[in-house]
Amino acid sequence: MLGTTVILAFRAINRHKLRSFLTTLGIIIGVAAVVTMVTLGNGATAAVREQISSLGANVLQLRPGQGFGRGGGGPRPPDFKERDLTAIENQLTGVRAVAPVVQSSGTAIYEGNNWSTTVYGTTSAYSEVQQWKVTDGRLFLPEEEAAGKSVCIIGNTVRTNLFQGAEPVGKRMRIKGVSCQVVGVLATRGQGGFGDQDDVVVMPIKFVQRRFTGDRDISQIMVAVDDAYDSATVQNSLEELMRERRKIKAGDQDNFNVFDTKQISDTLTGTTTILTQIVGAVAAISLLVGGIGIMNIMLVSVTERTREIGIRLAIGAVAREVLMQFLVEAIVLSCLGGLIGLFLALIASVAIAPLMQVPFLFDPKVNLIAFLFSAAIGVVFGYFPARRAAALNPIDALRHE
Amino acid sequence: MAPNTANSPIISLRRVTKVYGEGPTAFQALKGIDLDIKQGDFVAVMGPSGSGKSTTMNILGCLDVPSGGEFLFKGRHVETLDRDQRALLRRRYLGFVFQGFNLLSRTTALENVELPLLYRGEDKKQRYEMGMAALDKVGLKDWWDHTPAELSGGQQQRVAIARAIVTQPDVLLADEPTGNLDSERSVEIMELLTDLNRNSGITVLMVTHEPDMAAFARTIVHFKDGLVERIEQGLAA
Repeated sequence: MLGTTVILAFRAINRHKLRSFLTTLGIIIGVAAVVTMVTLGNGATAAVREQISSLGANVLQLRPGQGFGRGGGGPRPPDFKERDLTAIENQLTGVRAVAPVVQSSGTAIYEGNNWSTTVYGTTSAYSEVQQWKVTDGRLFLPEEEAAGKSVCIIGNTVRTNLFQGAEPVGKRMRIKGVSCQVVGVLATRGQGGFGDQDDVVVMPIKFVQRRFTGDRDISQIMVAVDDAYDSATVQNSLEELMRERRKIKAGDQDNFNVFDTKQISDTLTGTTTILTQIVGAVAAISLLVGGIGIMNIMLVSVTERTREIGIRLAIGAVAREVLMQFLVEAIVLSCLGGLIGLFLALIASVAIAPLMQVPFLFDPKVNLIAFLFSAAIGVVFGYFPARRAAALNPIDALRHE
Repeated sequence: MAPNTANSPIISLRRVTKVYGEGPTAFQALKGIDLDIKQGDFVAVMGPSGSGKSTTMNILGCLDVPSGGEFLFKGRHVETLDRDQRALLRRRYLGFVFQGFNLLSRTTALENVELPLLYRGEDKKQRYEMGMAALDKVGLKDWWDHTPAELSGGQQQRVAIARAIVTQPDVLLADEPTGNLDSERSVEIMELLTDLNRNSGITVLMVTHEPDMAAFARTIVHFKDGLVERIEQGLAA
């Protein structure tokens, strides 16, 4: 019997191709929207995770103050000193590398080209902490670091804008009015969660302290955790060590903070996941509207085909068969719509993902759920019109104009 | 068909009444019909509108149930059957021809004829063979792939008759089958019905307004005011 009703459903759909297409358009758009949104959202989440892991896996960032800011009122919490750095290197277990950072910003000039950029004063350990390699040239030599010589390693954005194709290694450029020699170029990292990561000039920390910041303070210490150790444990030890060193009494609040990049990663991926769900839910509403569209057209169709239903009943169709015919028709329509929608979503996702600079991730689960959902819509919204068709009195139905 | 059943009634109505509505607005369409129809008969039902002939035809076609009395079809009490049981009875034993042809539009003649076989669960090959045989019987074998819009009125009614007889029913119910046709086509349809009645042994029940058409029947039943007024023999008897 099911075979018969499926044949009948396909015949009815085939007989009214345009109307069938319009009927199922809502489902097509709904499924395409949901699947595209969720696919791109998942891609965005993956991209965020990827970018954050590019910041360096499991890096603890030690900063003065509480949280992201420098804390509320009161005196400004002191920056770190070089002996803090030494203490961390010598007393903390589970540390792979430690790098101090001071930050400044200024204009770099090379042969009449200007470029405004960020200057990091740090050591060669920075490359190890950040897992960021130098592609051209080299890292700082120990004697360059010790003497605070005027050398720099530039990011790819600076290279592109300042040198414009010329080979930068060995050249001298000016940064904040001071001449310095380019010794290396960093590998390209691309857009990070915090802007263009390649827009940077890295210099020996002693040089930046002497010429730009004017003191020997360290504004940030980056601690790379050894993969064999748990970052939370290392973070606790680091906090303990710093409380001790900064003479914070038990019960007093820290005047420094340690940020685990893993936390940023979890927070940001959590945010994109929630956004994906919200956008997916909005798109799911269009799927629901599509379902109502199917019910609407099926109801019209039942009215329009009243006489046909009368004929079927007269020649011996039982009510259940008429019900099944219309129900199967609705399900076939919505399933076809679902399939077309999935296909469109595939095309749209593949096309849009590169524009959004997110990877295309085909998720079979999302596609399957969307398809089953469209089939379920056919059942739910097809049932009411189908029941109405099945309940028709054959005599009245035959008389219907 | 066994000869001893040839003249036994296939249909018996006993004191059949039909009331539409309830209370003071109730309308009694049938006031107690007694009617026997023999197997193999060709019956024309005549009468002015409102006389109860359509109501009777609906009951005989198992599309409707009487309000009172008994309706025996092949010895079965139809008035006790539910909707689906009556549908199965129609599927098995009855064929319908309507005044307005009632073919499915945008559907080929063959698909229209095959429709009752679909509900019987016949396979594709069987449906094709039986459908083509029925179309051959009404002389439209070569028109099998035409849709109703491409056929004349007379041809459409022939397709409808093919659809009605494709299941080899015992009884063919025709509700003014010539009502929408000119006289020449009407005679052709009546000759076809007569032929089916004589050569295939199908019992034909036909409602008609036209005495010319009723003349093709063996038995003519006249209705008036919800009762059988008189039964006479037709010219074909």
